[in-house]
Amino acid sequence: MSIDTAPTVSATALDATSGAATRRDILHRLLMTLGPILAALVIAGCILLAVGVDPLAYYGYVLEKGLFSPLGIQQTLTRMAPLLFLAAGLIVAFRAGMWNLGGDGQFLLGAVTAAASAPVFVQIMPFWLALTCSFLIAVVVAMIWSLVPALLRAYQGVNEIITTLMMTFLGTSLANVLVKLVFRDPGTTVPQTRTLPVEDRLPRLFDTTITSGLLLGLAAIIIVHLVMTRTAFGLKLRIVGANPRAAVHAGLGVPGLTTAVFAISAGLAGLAGAVDIIGVQGNVRADWNPAYGLAVIPAVFLARMNGFAAIGFVFLLSVLSIGGESAARRLGVPNHFTLVLVSIVLIVLALAEYVDHRYNQSRKA
Amino acid sequence: MSSLSSSSVAARDIVALEGVTKRFPGIVANDSVDLSIRPGEVQVLLGENGAGKSTLIGMLSGLLQPDEGRILVDGKPTPITSPRHALALGIGTVFQHMMLVPTLTVAENLLLGGRWWQRPRTEELAARVAEITSTLGITVKLHAKVSELSLGEQQQVEILRAMVRKSRLLILDESTSMLTPKGIDELGALMRRLVEQGLAIVFITHKLKEAAAFGDRISVLKLGRKVGEIPPERFRALGEQAIISEIVELMFGKQSDDPEAVERPVRTVHAEAAPLLQVADLAVAPTDNAPGLSSISFDIRPGEILGIAGIDGNGQKQLAEALAGQRAATGGSVRLEGVAIEALSVGERRRRGLRYLTDDRLGEGTVGTFPVSINFFLKQVGAAPFWRNGVEQRAEIDKRATQLVREYDVRTPSLKTPVARLSGGNIQKVLLARELAEGAKMVIFNKPTYGLDLANTLASRQRIRDTAARGLAVLLISTDLEELLSMCDRIAVIANGALVGTVENVDDARTKVGRLMIGLAA
Ligand SMILES: Nc1ncnc2c1ncn2[C@@H]1O[C@H](COP(=O)(O)OP(=O)(O)OP(=O)(O)O)[C@@H](O)[C@H]1O
Ligand SMILES: [Mg+2]
Repeated sequence: MSIDTAPTVSATALDATSGAATRRDILHRLLMTLGPILAALVIAGCILLAVGVDPLAYYGYVLEKGLFSPLGIQQTLTRMAPLLFLAAGLIVAFRAGMWNLGGDGQFLLGAVTAAASAPVFVQIMPFWLALTCSFLIAVVVAMIWSLVPALLRAYQGVNEIITTLMMTFLGTSLANVLVKLVFRDPGTTVPQTRTLPVEDRLPRLFDTTITSGLLLGLAAIIIVHLVMTRTAFGLKLRIVGANPRAAVHAGLGVPGLTTAVFAISAGLAGLAGAVDIIGVQGNVRADWNPAYGLAVIPAVFLARMNGFAAIGFVFLLSVLSIGGESAARRLGVPNHFTLVLVSIVLIVLALAEYVDHRYNQSRKA
Repeated sequence: MSSLSSSSVAARDIVALEGVTKRFPGIVANDSVDLSIRPGEVQVLLGENGAGKSTLIGMLSGLLQPDEGRILVDGKPTPITSPRHALALGIGTVFQHMMLVPTLTVAENLLLGGRWWQRPRTEELAARVAEITSTLGITVKLHAKVSELSLGEQQQVEILRAMVRKSRLLILDESTSMLTPKGIDELGALMRRLVEQGLAIVFITHKLKEAAAFGDRISVLKLGRKVGEIPPERFRALGEQAIISEIVELMFGKQSDDPEAVERPVRTVHAEAAPLLQVADLAVAPTDNAPGLSSISFDIRPGEILGIAGIDGNGQKQLAEALAGQRAATGGSVRLEGVAIEALSVGERRRRGLRYLTDDRLGEGTVGTFPVSINFFLKQVGAAPFWRNGVEQRAEIDKRATQLVREYDVRTPSLKTPVARLSGGNIQKVLLARELAEGAKMVIFNKPTYGLDLANTLASRQRIRDTAARGLAVLLISTDLEELLSMCDRIAVIANGALVGTVENVDDARTKVGRLMIGLAA
């Protein structure tokens, strides 16, 4: 037993910033991530074959539309904006050990408030102030929506998985009701909110159609990553997540922190909704629910709650969803096939992890 | 001894290790260790903190795989691939750190690992448990949730679990650390009965008297290597004192006669000084399976060490937690320097100088996956100079952590190592370093030396004495009577959540405390 000072690798890959990983470990990590993704593509391809679709054509369309065509890649990058905000919110919650699965309800309520307020604000305020106010309102509304699960968890210990899921159903319905009854644009026949004029939306980047919301999203997720890994506040949240009893023992105000986690997580989800509306959509149609919140969860898991890795996986997800939509239209595959694909990736990944673990054990035996 | 007879002896081994080596990043935990474990023998494994005892046990119980060397079971090389496999081979282990499922009841924990398609055999279990507990002289609440039990009670459940499974080889990794002297003697007697029935036992302890009293053969590990062995023939020939001094020499390389017999230095506690901590009529509501507290009252003056003796699970944990603010009190008052603190939060009490060293080092004392360096500062998150404006100052943290590691002799491969990877005693040193750092006025020590080796135990006791000498008030909770007698000014005895008496630690304190503990008047 000799003491040396060489940095050792923590097996908890959750904390990718702590502990400099050696090159072999990075390689191993890459293999363990990309391998399963390739395997999942093959399995999904078999499913496509089984329903009579040429998998190569499908993947070809996905890549062409989502990645290689100029318009497609712009759409992909635009789609990333709300997804990045959602991922940021999930990173905060998951690292603190809280399963905020209510992202969709919070997202839609943020979207509806932004859609309702922005067209009014731009008429009475300077442009930037108006957008900022809309963002703020969306954040506050989403935060309020998270208060019920937050307080129940913080003070009564009620499991937040159930409460956030229930609140997301209520939130989606409430958003709908608001669009149809309260914020409905009297000037159109389809139920939707008033449309924000294109010139009043978030500016586009350079000469492209990419929304500047992308930059905001990138900033948000990087800030969240740094706060979680480098600050006292982030450390407190991680302590609560990793060992709640140690948090109590160390004298942290666990109920307060719990409420803060839900507020931040929901606030970011609300921002995601606002960015999508103010940057891209311009209005909210009744019954609109892109269900981004649930789609982002696997990406955050694959990234092991690391902000930088999450950017990569959100990009992949965007390619899949933009490309998948168009491939689905052309080949007659249901639109939700991308979700099937993502879930296959997750299952294969879990299996790979298990096999890797067993292999490590038996190799040493 | 002829080669023929030695090979016939080797064939008697239930389990044998041959040249077993285990490496961890930055450390060789076991370095070609040979060990033979025989039926009818209590094999005592000794070594300082981090010597590699638990690692060796981990390989015998299927948790770890050796990097080199092999394990023979009944003379045949057998890789032990999983804990389930170890059980199937008849190797039952009580691990150093609790391995029970806290949300299940004791009975459910004991039944875990049965075939999933079979209905658990509850009646059979109850009968077997009754049989074992009566020989062991312990009581186990079968229907209590594990999370409600004290660590000492959990330890008894762990021992019970290994017994219920009818193992041929029983491994006990520091299983006496939470038992009272009486409980330890009973465990020793039980081990003797079991080896007489032909079982083999591996027994790990830091208390050399236990080693001398219960062992048949002693092996000593040092820095991962086996540095010495006292075989049964020699063991029987030597007296207790001779054995202990031989072990001390093997372990620490220096000679000293009965190292634990340190005279308690006479300190001057100013009897006229105002009490630093005043507790009056403190009460905590009982739960179904844990006692509450009823009208606990005591004072501690600056520089004084008050001991709390008693069998584990009689309200010690509740008392410590109520004082620290982790458990709601239903009545009474707690004053620190004359200021009422009973309504304050855990953090606020700490800021006022109250420190609590928990006995549950992995459950609540540390965050196992976090690096050693961060665990030193878990209770100071956000405080300067380690955080400035809320931003972590990695350099400051590492600098101070390096100091603490050196000062408290924490054996760790690096500051970044997750604290759960350290050996039990070294995790304990991290906790001690954290609670004894500056700013304290009153410290609650709950089993401060549990899991420490002899040298570290003595050093820590000295640290606690020094703490008191600096004018702090110390509450020392321990099941180890020797420890209390060697350190305290007064000793109170707790039973069923109430203080049944307090005695001055003078000549006849031992008998008085003993009488109080068995329910007689002092
Ligand atoms: N899983 C692990 N990963 C990395 N290092 C480990 C691991 N387990 C143990 N070690 C290291 O191996 C060494 C031996 O540890 P071990 O737990 O066997 O000591 P021990 O003799 O049981 O000590 P103690 O008396 O303190 O319990 C220690 O330095 C420890 O840090
Ligand atoms: Mg150990």
